Amino acid sequence: MANYKLLGKDFTPPDLVGKVTGKAKYAEDFRAAGMLFAKLLRSPMPHAKVRKIDTRAALALKGVVAVISADDVPKPHAPEEPMLTNEPLYAGEPILAVAAVDETTAAEAVERIKIDLQPLPFVIDPLETLRPGGPDPRSDGNVAARGLKLQTIKWTARDFAGVNQGKLPMGKPAEEWQYGDIESGFKRADFVLEETFITQALSHHCMEPRTAMAYWQNGKLFLHASSQSVTFVVPGVAKLLGIDPAQLVFISENTGGGFGAKGTGYPQWGIPALLAKKTGRPVMMRVTRDEEYAFGRARPGYQGWVKIGFRKDGRITALDLYIIHSNGPYEGFPDFRNSPLAVSIVYQPMAMRWRGVSVLTNTPPRAPQRGPGDNQIAAAIEPFIDKAARKLGIDRVAIRRINAPGHNGKIGPKQGPVTSSYLPEALDKGAKRFNWAKKQALSGQRKGSKAIGIGVGTAFPSAGRTGFDGLVLIKPDGKLYIHSGAGNLGTFSYAATSRTAAEVLGMPWERCEIVFGDTGRHVPWNTPQVGSNTSFTLTRTNYVAAMDAKKKLQEIAAKALSGSPDDFDVGDGRVFLKSESSKGLSFAEAAEQAIKLGGKYSGKELPKDLNPITVRAVTALAGQGLVGVAKDTLPIKGLVPAFCAAFVQVEVDLETGHVEIKECLEVADCGTVVHPKNLGNQLTGGAVQGFGFALTEKHVFDMKFGLPATKGLYTAKPPTYLDVPLDIQWDAVDQPDKYNPVGVKGIGEPPLGAAAAALLCAISDALGGIYFNRSPVTCDMILNAAERKSQSYKPLEVNV
Amino acid sequence: MAIIQDMMPAFELFQPASVTDALALLNRHGKEAWVLAGGMDSLDWFKDRVKRPKVVVDLSQIKDLKGIRQQKDGIEIGAMTTLTQVSANSLIQSRYGLLAQAARKVATPQIRNQGTIGGNVSQDTRCWYYRDGMPCYRAGGNTCYADTPTAMNREHCLFEADRCVAVSPSDTAPALIALDAKFVIRNSKGERVVDAESFFVSPKVDIKRMTVLQPGDILTTIRIPATWAGARFYFEKVADRDAWDFALVNVASAMIVEGGSIKQARIVVGGVAARPWRLKPVEDSLRGERVSEESAELAGQTAIWGAKPLNYNHYKVLLMRNLVKRSVRGVKI
Repeated sequence: MANYKLLGKDFTPPDLVGKVTGKAKYAEDFRAAGMLFAKLLRSPMPHAKVRKIDTRAALALKGVVAVISADDVPKPHAPEEPMLTNEPLYAGEPILAVAAVDETTAAEAVERIKIDLQPLPFVIDPLETLRPGGPDPRSDGNVAARGLKLQTIKWTARDFAGVNQGKLPMGKPAEEWQYGDIESGFKRADFVLEETFITQALSHHCMEPRTAMAYWQNGKLFLHASSQSVTFVVPGVAKLLGIDPAQLVFISENTGGGFGAKGTGYPQWGIPALLAKKTGRPVMMRVTRDEEYAFGRARPGYQGWVKIGFRKDGRITALDLYIIHSNGPYEGFPDFRNSPLAVSIVYQPMAMRWRGVSVLTNTPPRAPQRGPGDNQIAAAIEPFIDKAARKLGIDRVAIRRINAPGHNGKIGPKQGPVTSSYLPEALDKGAKRFNWAKKQALSGQRKGSKAIGIGVGTAFPSAGRTGFDGLVLIKPDGKLYIHSGAGNLGTFSYAATSRTAAEVLGMPWERCEIVFGDTGRHVPWNTPQVGSNTSFTLTRTNYVAAMDAKKKLQEIAAKALSGSPDDFDVGDGRVFLKSESSKGLSFAEAAEQAIKLGGKYSGKELPKDLNPITVRAVTALAGQGLVGVAKDTLPIKGLVPAFCAAFVQVEVDLETGHVEIKECLEVADCGTVVHPKNLGNQLTGGAVQGFGFALTEKHVFDMKFGLPATKGLYTAKPPTYLDVPLDIQWDAVDQPDKYNPVGVKGIGEPPLGAAAAALLCAISDALGGIYFNRSPVTCDMILNAAERKSQSYKPLEVNV
Repeated sequence: MAIIQDMMPAFELFQPASVTDALALLNRHGKEAWVLAGGMDSLDWFKDRVKRPKVVVDLSQIKDLKGIRQQKDGIEIGAMTTLTQVSANSLIQSRYGLLAQAARKVATPQIRNQGTIGGNVSQDTRCWYYRDGMPCYRAGGNTCYADTPTAMNREHCLFEADRCVAVSPSDTAPALIALDAKFVIRNSKGERVVDAESFFVSPKVDIKRMTVLQPGDILTTIRIPATWAGARFYFEKVADRDAWDFALVNVASAMIVEGGSIKQARIVVGGVAARPWRLKPVEDSLRGERVSEESAELAGQTAIWGAKPLNYNHYKVLLMRNLVKRSVRGVKI
């Protein structure tokens, strides 16, 4: 590994102290003179049409300033999600909003509004609407996803022939792909497994609900929002509100978790913005926990089927996958499209087919959640790999290892390349550290009423993007200002990636400042903080910006001290002559020179390929010092994959169904480690979320009324401190990816899927090979299984 | 589901400093008044705008209602004593450990710091349909939403369903019944003392209440007699999570064991009926039995007599049987 001064070392991110002391400001902490508060009237039904609204009594209430409804807000193109609606498509959907001098008044006004709703048929279980003659979740279709147009698909009675026996109906898919010859693959197989599976939808449980505050000043909209991303959301929000992106000042310094649900903007931001416009006053919309469980979105659930052919040695000869994707009522997210990609890379099947349909339901809108598609499928498929290993008499690490990709691994229907894969090394490193070989002996052992189980799980996400811009500024104060347009969703990756610029310029970290969290502070066009990509993507942008600054420093030094730019190097806040390091300029002096020289040096002339947002940022900064700015056009060949291997040991109490997670180890393939402490946070945090996925978290609906049962933290049940081991172990392969200038790949997502899979596998191992074919596996299911009793739910039932 | 939830409406708040003042306030405001202890149950109701009292009488300023006092025959716990204080009290830990264990299993440290023993036994049920404001029998309506052919009733009852299938959510209630505690209730007319077991009511008796407390009543004190002090105790709670969760089923037992045989036993199960479910037939059958796998097994089997599971809670029969079994023989280690 390269000998870095900053990368690979721990540091204190600038927002950390504020978070510990409470000084960090979230959207809800901002106030503006004359500010009003907004409250929402939300649908009490899963699907209805507004027949009549009477707001007179509300408007007559002292302190009520304005009411807006769907008629006052822009109408999106179906199936995009609206801000407010006259046809609510899930229980809890906002219908109208009231602005008043305080929340108590606004809430009372909401209750005074007379609303006449016509109930309409609704769909909770995707299979209901696919049935011939089944109800539709919306009047204009029942199938859609991002990238899949809204349409109606009905399957035939024949497709449903085996449904009462628990056989998944698999009618005409909405999307499909294939590579290789699966039929001959299955023929060649020594063992073929055919399974159905269910993964339940999950809420995001962000600690900070999606509160927003908005006001208009000098023709600009100032929006304080809870967001994972900063500059990336600007074009979308501007479009949503019909304004020029230059008119939007977007502020999001701190965000209390997003997990994908706040990645790329959401329409509810428009509500305070439009109320503010209408009233001419700032408007705060504090979103409650109950509301967060409604329009705060959820991970899509699956009803799926898979057929896998194995060779005697465990190698997968063919794999056939079908996914019915429960996508909520709007465009949602194409998790079902990500899953087969994950399967294709993690197991490298010799031949594979994927078919899927993304079904709309009258349940909360879907959004990506940490490893969208990648993690559901890890939790679904990994236990089947165990089942095959058990059948074939193969070690469970070995069966994963024989299928795992190396650097020549391929992905997807086109069997495209990947930039690097150290999944085999992650499995090896993990197995060694976990003492897998020795622990095998514990598998199924009894300790009184408890049975011991061990499990291994692997997961993948795509973990890097390209084409964004980097921006740094060296001012005459001698400091390096690293401008980041990434959000601050709590992972500190905005800070860790910024250190790349300091590393390139040899700048001591205490003389660097990260400028972030507010487009008004002139930050560049950066990636959304989603999809495990920030580390890869923004080390590249910071690298190219810093390299641009370095080149300019060398040129300025050459001009000032005579010589060729190549004669100069940078370090310790100076640009100096390589042959005689005492000769040089301080960065402060170079910055002054840059201002004098103007042109490209001070940001007055810009590269042509920058995004307009970056152009605006640099233009605002021009003349203040030496500007380093560039678009990331560094070479890349293939998809950037990250991997995680998890190892778990459990004790399952066969008399109560209680699972105690005794040990957990996560090993990452995330390229070069840039920030060890935070990598640990990601791996352990991901493990905790994975334990919730596998064990406790639910998304329950009453099928008769279409109402959610799990809309509080105590009913949705994310894991608590006592439900997880106190010392989750972690490690990393720590080998560089050759397409990142500092070797980094992302890692945010796969720790969840790997831990969930390893835990599910460990539970089944403790039970001597009982597989549940669904997640979560709750204590009632374990107890029923341990006592050889049937489960309460039907095999294909969802939202139980 | 309502058109707006999770936003507390305004009410008039009183914080009397004495029980007499509190009773006067309750008397004055009658059914409009709500008695607030730690607020862990009440504030949820208020925020969801389902229960909407005009007047709230907060008992937190009444010193007389707080504290644990040793009596000649047992101990006395003020109803406003926090669950943390109950679980950490050395006298309770050493003599009435069952209650300390049960109190320690409630929710989370934060909730135990705020929640009180009186509130914990008086809390309302957590049936999600009822909590969501559905107009069920318990809420004064004319149907039960949790007992339809498709209702999500995994957390609901096995026994004594009567137009309502909700369960008692308390962890301390089964322990207090097992310890044969007495509950002291005061109103403007005077004081009455009821057995812990009789404090809780089934929907058959009063579908709108979980306890005998009527408007104007304040639960002031919980007395635990010395009868069961130092007995062999067992408490176990099974929930989906190890913190911040209500019991799917819990069990509290007190046994006096001499020379390996059971002289007397009291066993109570929570989460299986609208009130804590005392297992008298099990207690009777255990008298004179030796503590053994066989007698434990029999106790478990006896416990589930008459259990009528709903669509999604069959597992509770197994869980209850196993927990009662464990309460007799202990956990196998």
